[in-house]
Amino acid sequence: MSSKTVNQKAWFLVLPVFLMVAFNALIPLMTVVNYSVQETFGDNVFTWAGVHWFQEVMHSERFHSALLRNILFSAIVLTIEIPLGLAIALTMPRKGPWVSVCLVLMSLPLLIPWNVVGSMWNIMALPDIGLLGKAINSLGINYNYTRQPVAAWFTIVLMDIWHWTSLVVLLCYAGLVSIPDAYYQAAKVDGAKRLAIFRYIQLPKLKHVLTIAVLLRFMDSFMIYTEAQVMTGGGPGNSTTFLSIDLVKTAIGQFDLGPAAAMSLIYFLIILFVSWLFYTLMMKNEEN
Amino acid sequence: MITRSKSRSRFVPLFYIIFLMLPIYWLLNMSFKTTNEILGGFSLYPHQFTLDSYRKILTDPTWYMGYVNSLTYVLINTVLSVSVALPAAYAFSRYRFLGDKHLFFWLLSNRMAPPAVFVLPFFQLYSAVGLFDTPWAVAFSHTLFNVPLAVWILEGFMGGVPKALDETAFVDGYSFPHFFFRIFIPTIAAGIGVACFFCFMFSWVELLLAKNLTSVAAKPIAAVMTKTASASGYELGLLAAAGSLTLIPGAIVIYFVRNYIAKGFALGRV
Repeated sequence: MSSKTVNQKAWFLVLPVFLMVAFNALIPLMTVVNYSVQETFGDNVFTWAGVHWFQEVMHSERFHSALLRNILFSAIVLTIEIPLGLAIALTMPRKGPWVSVCLVLMSLPLLIPWNVVGSMWNIMALPDIGLLGKAINSLGINYNYTRQPVAAWFTIVLMDIWHWTSLVVLLCYAGLVSIPDAYYQAAKVDGAKRLAIFRYIQLPKLKHVLTIAVLLRFMDSFMIYTEAQVMTGGGPGNSTTFLSIDLVKTAIGQFDLGPAAAMSLIYFLIILFVSWLFYTLMMKNEEN
Repeated sequence: MITRSKSRSRFVPLFYIIFLMLPIYWLLNMSFKTTNEILGGFSLYPHQFTLDSYRKILTDPTWYMGYVNSLTYVLINTVLSVSVALPAAYAFSRYRFLGDKHLFFWLLSNRMAPPAVFVLPFFQLYSAVGLFDTPWAVAFSHTLFNVPLAVWILEGFMGGVPKALDETAFVDGYSFPHFFFRIFIPTIAAGIGVACFFCFMFSWVELLLAKNLTSVAAKPIAAVMTKTASASGYELGLLAAAGSLTLIPGAIVIYFVRNYIAKGFALGRV
């Protein structure tokens, strides 16, 4: 970090990105801010509404429950995917022909369009002709994800694990292969136990990639839309209506611009704040 | 004892891969069945093997143009994102300048923006500039999250190239453009490949923006699929075949970057 030279001309190199992102992010964001403080009755007539929409959203039961669902979902998904991904990465072969096979097969779910992931699990979980649905029902458990909220949650969480655990595996794997063999040899000479090797050699090296994994998984699970929308459409009832689903319903379905805009800003700020915390943590690690 | 537990733990990745492959197998299984067989009940493999669903997709323009449209905006987006990100990543990795850290985080913050927030404003913005229902609208809108990601990945890879390379080149009298295109870019070719891979990936899998910024002419395959799923009852076989075909581009690009994939996922920073 300290070896960088000060050069203000570097701004010219950053300019294309700056202009592009400014066009793509600032104009739309300003539109959202604009809507969030105004009231409209159609015909492009807008009147000042102040913080009315923000107050409404902050006090609305609907927003609270969607937010709670999002927090619960992210929490469940992170507590399962991070340890599972780490465990799989630790047991993966480091050398040999199987490495490429493992990596290619494991990355496959990450490159499937999200609506296809939804459809795929839809077909998989159908109670009468889906492999998963049929299997669970034949165990004597009554399972129908279009009627039972618990079944819907179970299916969506399982789908997310299927979809994204590989990201954690690949990140951890990248961290593990970067540890020089000499470290392990030294540990062997000292007669270190498996647990000690993990605690004192592997974990410190993995701290950085694990932070990235948590950051990315938090962001993406908190933004979940397509997979859940295709899979359950937010149902049964409202039991899987996450913030994004609710937001698209309000903005495009009902065209309630004010509340949708206020909700957007609150939603964005939550993600931004949590991600900023992780980012600061990560940069601290990187400097050490 | 140790060797036994070690050999047993080797099965963990195997079980995981089987778990990953099951839904994919089920999708392929459905895509080769006739509608009658699908509705007829549960079967582990297609008894009346048919390619009808695939034949329909590959001969009906509303279907196959979906793939063409999707690939068009994905490619435009990849080229655009990586080419603007290259000089910026170089600036971030080599120089300190006014507001660099803030700018970097501001860029990243766009990767954190939920697409749901941007759907409506993007629709209005691209309608206003006359790009609605073109692949360009989708390609530009996807730069929102792909440019920050590309900058982040490339900066990570460039950080691994010693500064001595730049200094030697400048001492030897190379001009900046000559150095950048002839020496620096070939040095970080792997990083560029990985950045392209990620731009391709996130543009290819995204549906919400792609669907809402197009209507007829540039409709992506994902939108064609969701419409079929809701409109004509439940043509599961067709839906499964369309889904299976979307696996192919992903599988091809993974194959190309397979040796760098692990490092790429760590954003070039291990």
